[in-house]
Amino acid sequence: MGDWSALGKLLDKVQAYSTAGGKVWLSVLFIFRILVLGTAVESAWGDEQSAFKCNTLQPGCENVCYDKSFPISHVRFWVLQIIFVSMPTLLYLSHIVFLMHKEEKLNKKEEKLRDIQSKGEDVDVLLRKIEIKKFKYGLEDRGKIKMRGGIFYTYIMSIVLKSIFEVVFLLIQWHLYGFTLSAVYTCQKFPCPHKVDCFLSRPTEKTVFIIFMLVVSLVSLALNVFEFFYVILKRMKDQIRESAKNFESACNIKPCPRNLSSYGYYNDCSAPAPVPNLGYNLDTGDKSNSSDNYDKQANEQNWTNYSTEQNQLGQTQRFPYPEKVTLGKDLLLLKELEPRPSSRASSRARPDDLDI
Amino acid sequence: MNWMSLQVLLGGVSQYSTAFGRVWLSVVFVFRVLVFVVAIQQVWNDEQKDFICNTAQPGCANVCYNKFFPISHVRLWALQIIFVTCPSLMVVAHVKYREMKDEKYITLHKGDHLYVNPGKKRGGLWYTYILSLMFKAGFDAGFLYILYFLYHFDMPNVTKCTEEPCPNTVDCYISRPTEKKIFTLFMVVSSSVCIFMCICEIFYLINNKVRKFLRKRRDRITDSNYRRVDPTASSTQNLSNLEKAKAAAEEKESEPT
Repeated sequence: MGDWSALGKLLDKVQAYSTAGGKVWLSVLFIFRILVLGTAVESAWGDEQSAFKCNTLQPGCENVCYDKSFPISHVRFWVLQIIFVSMPTLLYLSHIVFLMHKEEKLNKKEEKLRDIQSKGEDVDVLLRKIEIKKFKYGLEDRGKIKMRGGIFYTYIMSIVLKSIFEVVFLLIQWHLYGFTLSAVYTCQKFPCPHKVDCFLSRPTEKTVFIIFMLVVSLVSLALNVFEFFYVILKRMKDQIRESAKNFESACNIKPCPRNLSSYGYYNDCSAPAPVPNLGYNLDTGDKSNSSDNYDKQANEQNWTNYSTEQNQLGQTQRFPYPEKVTLGKDLLLLKELEPRPSSRASSRARPDDLDI
Repeated sequence: MNWMSLQVLLGGVSQYSTAFGRVWLSVVFVFRVLVFVVAIQQVWNDEQKDFICNTAQPGCANVCYNKFFPISHVRLWALQIIFVTCPSLMVVAHVKYREMKDEKYITLHKGDHLYVNPGKKRGGLWYTYILSLMFKAGFDAGFLYILYFLYHFDMPNVTKCTEEPCPNTVDCYISRPTEKKIFTLFMVVSSSVCIFMCICEIFYLINNKVRKFLRKRRDRITDSNYRRVDPTASSTQNLSNLEKAKAAAEEKESEPT
């Protein structure tokens, strides 16, 4: 029996970050494919070559005819299918690990800055910047993974790839063997002296299992298709809701009290125009993989979302900037505080990128 | 994946089961999975190699074996165990869903729990549990029926076979028929015990629910201060409703004075 524990451990990690549909798919994969393969199917196919008998005494004829009838054994074929179909999920996991890595680095930076802050120095601007970044890259929101931006596209891509692999393997299987096995195969290949009848072992049992594995593949494929449409519809709904909120907040603009010592969001108060731009500029100047995935509209929507969420949670969000410094200088100050990389290209792999 | 990983998978189920359910799980693992892995696979190991037909015709033994054993006992029991243990995962999934809802509720309502105990079989979880028991009993019964239909729980010493390419009616001899019959009966009996336990558990749960309902009705008739407990509400909501009702009743009493 093969050892599936390595794949099992990796897929277990993904479980925590999957949607409900993804978890069902993983359970189907584990129980109805891997477990059945390991326990029942491998023993049914165990003696496939030793019990493959041809009606001839010619040495070598059985070997040759077996090879011709079964270019790849069903068991090995299903093993490859399971590996290929699990691979896109592992891609998704690697993206998540990468984001977790980033979040850890940001957390460490934040800790350091808080240490510095406790010693009395003013690093509020940098802290604010880190909070914004954490919000943007943050993985978990109330226990559920935030499916947007880079992660969303990776997830969709993984579902599409999984479906394509399933279909391709099913087509290959259909082309090679069909979905039944007959008890007798005729074979005429050197060194067989003439057309010989060759007899399989357990063809009916094998047919039952072929159909079983076919049904499970189709169920997995159906789950993938359903998940695909569900995730896309959910995203569309979220975006419509966000744009509705934007529209509402744009309609309800009231001037904020003038005696603010710092810019801040208060309930029912319009945001001072520069602050969203501030967040926006911070984003565009930053070099990261995810920023390329964000278009400008998504950035603005995210920012408005954030502020609306904070309003809903009843908090005020303060952005402590020095009173007398003008906005242009604020931006310049930020740019000077942290060295920015000169190039915006982000598709190169960097040495400190994810390790799986 | 092997049987031990199935055991790990189901390890978390027992905490959400009744006592019957835990006994059922132990019976399945000790009398079915363990016996299957340790004994049955050895007994059926050489079933095709030692299936000898009284003929020199190549291929006749293969074909006769295929005719007499469309699906081997071993594979049937492997599938049966897998299908029978799966419905418990429905219960685990439902509890996890409740825990997720609870977490969301806590973050929104700052500390209040939606479910005092997400694993308690109230409301929807009760129905999920009953459904899982029905599926378990159903799958077990289904596989028992398939076994009966194919083999009639029997294992003869010799079978007769006239399939192509056998030249005439040949006698084919099965290996270890008595031992196989004993183990077949053993597995049939343990499946029947599991089905019986599932049915008992279903009756036990239904009985509990009916008794609770009757007790409440009786209390309602006798106790004028009784407030109807919403069976679909969670336990915390019920508790808070009861407390509010009590407070309101106390206020009404204190008002005239």
